[in-house]
Amino acid sequence: MKLQLANVHKSFAERKVLAGLNLEVNAGEVVSFIGSSGSGKTTLLRCVNLLEPVDIGSIFLDGDEISQIGRDPDPIRRRIGIVFQSFNLFPHMSVRRNITLALTEVLNKSTQEADETAHLLLERFNLNEKIDAYPDQLSGGQQQRVAIVRALAMNPEVLLLDEITSALDPELVGEVLDVVRELKGSGITMLIATHEMNFAREISDRVCFLDTGAIAEQGRPEQIFNNPNDERTKQFLRRVQAVGKT
Amino acid sequence: MPRWDRVKESFFNGERLVDSFPRLLDAFVLDIKIFAWSTPAIIALALVLAIARSSRNPALFPIRIFVIGYIDIMRGVPVILWIYLIGFGVPGVGLERPFNSPLLWGSVALVMTYSAYIAEVFRAGIDSVHESQRAAARSLGLSNWQTMRFVILPQAIRRVVPPLMNDLVSLQKDVALVSLIGPIEILRQANIDKAKFANFTPYIGAAIIFLMITIPLTRTTDYLLARERKRTSATRVR
Repeated sequence: MKLQLANVHKSFAERKVLAGLNLEVNAGEVVSFIGSSGSGKTTLLRCVNLLEPVDIGSIFLDGDEISQIGRDPDPIRRRIGIVFQSFNLFPHMSVRRNITLALTEVLNKSTQEADETAHLLLERFNLNEKIDAYPDQLSGGQQQRVAIVRALAMNPEVLLLDEITSALDPELVGEVLDVVRELKGSGITMLIATHEMNFAREISDRVCFLDTGAIAEQGRPEQIFNNPNDERTKQFLRRVQAVGKT
Repeated sequence: MPRWDRVKESFFNGERLVDSFPRLLDAFVLDIKIFAWSTPAIIALALVLAIARSSRNPALFPIRIFVIGYIDIMRGVPVILWIYLIGFGVPGVGLERPFNSPLLWGSVALVMTYSAYIAEVFRAGIDSVHESQRAAARSLGLSNWQTMRFVILPQAIRRVVPPLMNDLVSLQKDVALVSLIGPIEILRQANIDKAKFANFTPYIGAAIIFLMITIPLTRTTDYLLARERKRTSATRVR
């Protein structure tokens, strides 16, 4: 599995969000995206998942251009999971059904098989007693962990994590990041948009600093955080340091 | 000034009420029948209209235009006019029995008009489900239709139960309009009794019978909503 973005542009009305972004991600790699709000982190992930069509440029998965206009996005989305900042669990479904819905309806698994998958994953992340709870009855951290399980149940090759701790109380951030720590090394490719600098430094094989819709600088986390070359990266890191985020 | 005993004699006459009530109840069975066979047709048609109108497939554009036109026309004209037009008009073009029954075409008129009203209720519900729910469903590989069926519609329908029940209570009353094209249902029976005895009490009797249905219907809605809230949320703000 190899993911490539070539010269990707994306605008919303008059606002240019991605401006000629290039990126290559290898199988099993964990890549974090940092940068100020509006630098294009979320849009980048949404484009990879085809939730936003790109204006110019191409996205390739294993050399196959997935961003072609008119292409059925459903088979591609099965291979690429996404977890959102605001969880987006289905509020009218139990935790179990949230996880099994796509298994039974998209992958055509039997109810029993889907249930088993849900059980195993919930057990792995210590959520098995919540299997029959509804999203409203869970804490934010629990909801986000269920959302991760829901994406993982599809057994995706790529997992996109879109600022998954930004909507959480500080004391709940840890339990969600623990899940991601456990996932690293399981071979899954992860693209992470985040404001948690310490976490990005710890978990990433590579960190990309985004500025005005393109990658301004990328490298190993030690290099980006300790010896940034680009002036904009330096400025950004100074700013987040000033508010104690690293 | 009318005196109370005159009012009582004319509107709240116990003897007249006891006499008319069984006949009114008998006639009311027809109202219930019309309501019972129209409602499923109305809900089904309204759902189809609402889903068609909310579809995002560019290829379905002509269908969307058609649905918008249909809803505008049906809602823009009084129900009673449709009942006259369809209930009197269609059987009048020379159809054979049983297809010339005013009862049948009166019901069709109700279905056509109310489905337009209720389609808009459903559409408001569909629009009220946040875009992020669609994003979550689509990102899992669910198709547009599966997203509508499993994620959007169940939430939309739950949200519109109160306005929907409002419209059904309205429908329950508007069924009486079908009496104007012939069938002897409760309102017409009340009319007959009023004329026969020169007394308005049969109307009061009919009103009581309507309330016997509409009030429990409303209370049931409240109960269902309260139960739903309790099931899905943990705490209640006082």
